[in-house]
Amino acid sequence: MRRMTWFNVTSLTLGFAFLYLPMLILIIFSFNESKLVTVWAGFSTKWYGEVLRNTAFLDAAWVTIKVAFLSSCLATVLGTMAAIVMVRAGRFRGRTVFSGMIYAPMVMPEVITGLSLLLLFISLGMDRGVFTIVLAHTTFAMCYVSVVVSSRLVSFDQSLEEAALDLGCSPVQAFRLVTLPIIAPAVISGWLLAFTLSLDDLVIASFTSGPSATTLPMKIWSSVRLGVSPEINALSTIMILVVAIGVITASLINKRNVVRQQREEAAAEKLA
Amino acid sequence: MRRLLIAVPFLWLLALFIVPFAIVFKISLSDLAVAIPPYTPTLDIAEGWAGLKAFFAELDFENYIWLTEDDLYWKAYLSSFKIAVISTLLTLLVGYPIAYGIARAPQEWRAMLFMLVILPFWTSFLIRVYSWMGILSQEGYLNQVLLWIGVINEPLIILNTNIAVYIGIVYTYLPFMILPIYAALEKLDISLLEAAEDLGCSRFSAFWLVTVPLSKQGIIAGSFLVFIPTIGEFVIPSLLGGSRTLMIGKVLWEEFFSNRDWPVASAVAVVLLLILIIPIVLFQRNEQKQREANQ
Repeated sequence: MRRMTWFNVTSLTLGFAFLYLPMLILIIFSFNESKLVTVWAGFSTKWYGEVLRNTAFLDAAWVTIKVAFLSSCLATVLGTMAAIVMVRAGRFRGRTVFSGMIYAPMVMPEVITGLSLLLLFISLGMDRGVFTIVLAHTTFAMCYVSVVVSSRLVSFDQSLEEAALDLGCSPVQAFRLVTLPIIAPAVISGWLLAFTLSLDDLVIASFTSGPSATTLPMKIWSSVRLGVSPEINALSTIMILVVAIGVITASLINKRNVVRQQREEAAAEKLA
Repeated sequence: MRRLLIAVPFLWLLALFIVPFAIVFKISLSDLAVAIPPYTPTLDIAEGWAGLKAFFAELDFENYIWLTEDDLYWKAYLSSFKIAVISTLLTLLVGYPIAYGIARAPQEWRAMLFMLVILPFWTSFLIRVYSWMGILSQEGYLNQVLLWIGVINEPLIILNTNIAVYIGIVYTYLPFMILPIYAALEKLDISLLEAAEDLGCSRFSAFWLVTVPLSKQGIIAGSFLVFIPTIGEFVIPSLLGGSRTLMIGKVLWEEFFSNRDWPVASAVAVVLLLILIIPIVLFQRNEQKQREANQ
């Protein structure tokens, strides 16, 4: 291995400064006393109090969590099914259409997805609210889940499943007892991805929700359009910290699982 | 059992992905009307065959003709394309050295650096774009620092210009560029570079003649991953751009929510989709080629 050149060190330092400074500044200024966001006037946590007392934010947060939970669970089930179809079902009529439908929503501009789903809900005469946002989020999130899960399905040894079937398992049992435990980490990361995608989404939610349901990004959007505010800084800081803690925990759990798996595989090889 | 497994996700996507597009296409052929829903004709199934015929007779491509006549639309498409191309190049310029730096970092750091690139991707897109508003505004942090150093005498106007849009796009899409390039560079065999240098290449020409061509796949994949979503971008031009920043995602949004002209909004969406099919197909083909090469 070559040692790090000064060029690499500089580009990494500048690169990560670029990625993290804006958020760091946002976090620092969320503790600013002054209402003027760009002038530092002393340390204060009062904006956090304002956020937590603001019932509109809390209501929106609750709607967002409900939507994210429901849609990520649905998306995980549907996405895992789609992944199994993609990797294991072999050839069937409409396979090309199927894989196209899995990949297309991920590259589709959000404005188009949102518009088309809204027009569908209207032509069906559906009342728009939490339910319609859940349907919309499930549809694009399941595609991400299926990509994550199928990459795991491709890499694991299919003979394990075949062995279970030979030993008298039904296909359902083989899936539950052999396949599912092996792909579980991918399913969990798929769920997490679906959950954060839903938490994050502004455009599709704005199109598909009705007056009865406002998500947190929609709420933030309407206030951010008017400019920078210390309350939004505090709210953003809370959201950044929640996500950072979640992602770091998840990756630590994942790392532990990988280490354990490697140890088990090594042990199994020793036996064989 | 197998049928059910295929049918459930298939029908879900059919109902919530394909059918909606058919509806968008149909409404793009309709006319604006003061009604609920605000377009005509609407299909009256009760009238049977005659109703169906009357329905199709009233559909036309008027909205598409309108898109070519009013120069707002083609200017918006063109300017979206221009902004997407420039910001893809800028993202490549910023992202490549970072990806290169990570790939050349000591083994034990790489996982951590990789994680640090992905982490911003998990935090809210909206918040990441918003964080630049405080930095770039006239009395913002950047201007404060520059004035304090004495580089400038009066604040620069960056927020609400295209420059702010470029900064926002590079910032939010950077991970998409870094990850595929890093993946390509990590596989690169160092001994090839050493061979090139032994054979008399300078470091720079070894980089240019060996490293860059071998990371071509990563560059292509990253560029598509930035270019495709940028074309239809809405949040960044609305928050960071000014009234003169013209992007088609913003036009579609305003056509729909402010003008409430659903047929024209639908026509804008259909044309945008047609434009995007080319890069999407190219991207898919590139991925396919890479998968085959790996096997």
